[in-house]
Amino acid sequence: MTEPTRTEAAIPLWEVFIRARNGLAHKHVGSLHAPDATLALQAARDLYTRRGEGLSIWVVPSAAITASDPAEKGMMFEPTASKIYRHPTFYEIPDEVGHM
Amino acid sequence: MTSIRVTETPLVTYVLRRADDALVLGHRLSEWCGKAPMMEEEMALANMGLDLIGQARALYTYAGEAEAAGHDEDALAYRRDERAYRNLLLVEQPNGDFAVTMVRQLLYAAYADPYWRAMMSSRDATLAAIAAKAEKETAYHLRHSAEWVVRLGDGTPESHERTARALMTLWPYTGELFETDAVDDAMIEAGIAVDPASLRDTWRATVADVLGRATLTMPADGYMQKGGRSGRHSEHLGHLLTELQYMQRTIPGATW
Repeated sequence: MTEPTRTEAAIPLWEVFIRARNGLAHKHVGSLHAPDATLALQAARDLYTRRGEGLSIWVVPSAAITASDPAEKGMMFEPTASKIYRHPTFYEIPDEVGHM
Repeated sequence: MTSIRVTETPLVTYVLRRADDALVLGHRLSEWCGKAPMMEEEMALANMGLDLIGQARALYTYAGEAEAAGHDEDALAYRRDERAYRNLLLVEQPNGDFAVTMVRQLLYAAYADPYWRAMMSSRDATLAAIAAKAEKETAYHLRHSAEWVVRLGDGTPESHERTARALMTLWPYTGELFETDAVDDAMIEAGIAVDPASLRDTWRATVADVLGRATLTMPADGYMQKGGRSGRHSEHLGHLLTELQYMQRTIPGATW
């Protein structure tokens, strides 16, 4: 990609979420530029569902997302690494239960 | 490669007219490839173009079957001259700026959407099946072009002015949408075609609603251009076909 043009820079960014089938959750698929929510939804349809990927689309202004800071990943995520007892792997599962 | 001559029964002519509308407008949209104002719209224009070219393929195939002279979709698309093309003058008008392209799409889709919906009840089973698919596609083309015309008309002074100019430029080509001749009469009589006169109020209401939201004024119906249905085209179609047909005319039957 080349540098965004002035037009693109002035047009808000949206995050796109697609639900592929009934019963599944909406999944983040990418982002796009659009001047408003209606056109963002249409652009999402045109960009991300061309091969029958979706039954439902959400678009969310990227500015509305509060994200964790990658620089804080030590504090945020590493403490869980040593807490293996949080994984449900210490139970005896009776054979009759089958696959869990 | 020499041109083919099509034996035009009313059914063949009727189907060819719809096929030519779809192919020529689809080709016009394909001309935006690599040049659209933004990537999102690049995809939207190409998607609409592909919908239309898909409709054209089904219609050409059916026209070829109806003619029963061995002409397939490629022969009908690539080996007829300008005067044998039967499309509306509206769809061959050049892309111009983005406003012209979107106004052209709106004026056509506001007609084609109710047209295909009505054609789902055609007594001709093939046309009814094509209509069922085309209607869903055209409904989206109408929504997409309408949303853009509203934003362009009700946008900046420049976008408003350009959209108003596009509307004035294209309006004289809208009379042809509702024209009928002996071919239409025969098809309407047979229960195969819908009478375009029955679509006129819907078309006007749709266009008036969009233009109202776009703060644009609906032009008065003045002199209307016509001739496309009988092969008398504006100077633009010949250039379009030169590009569209070049490869098959140069290397007949080429595939890749």
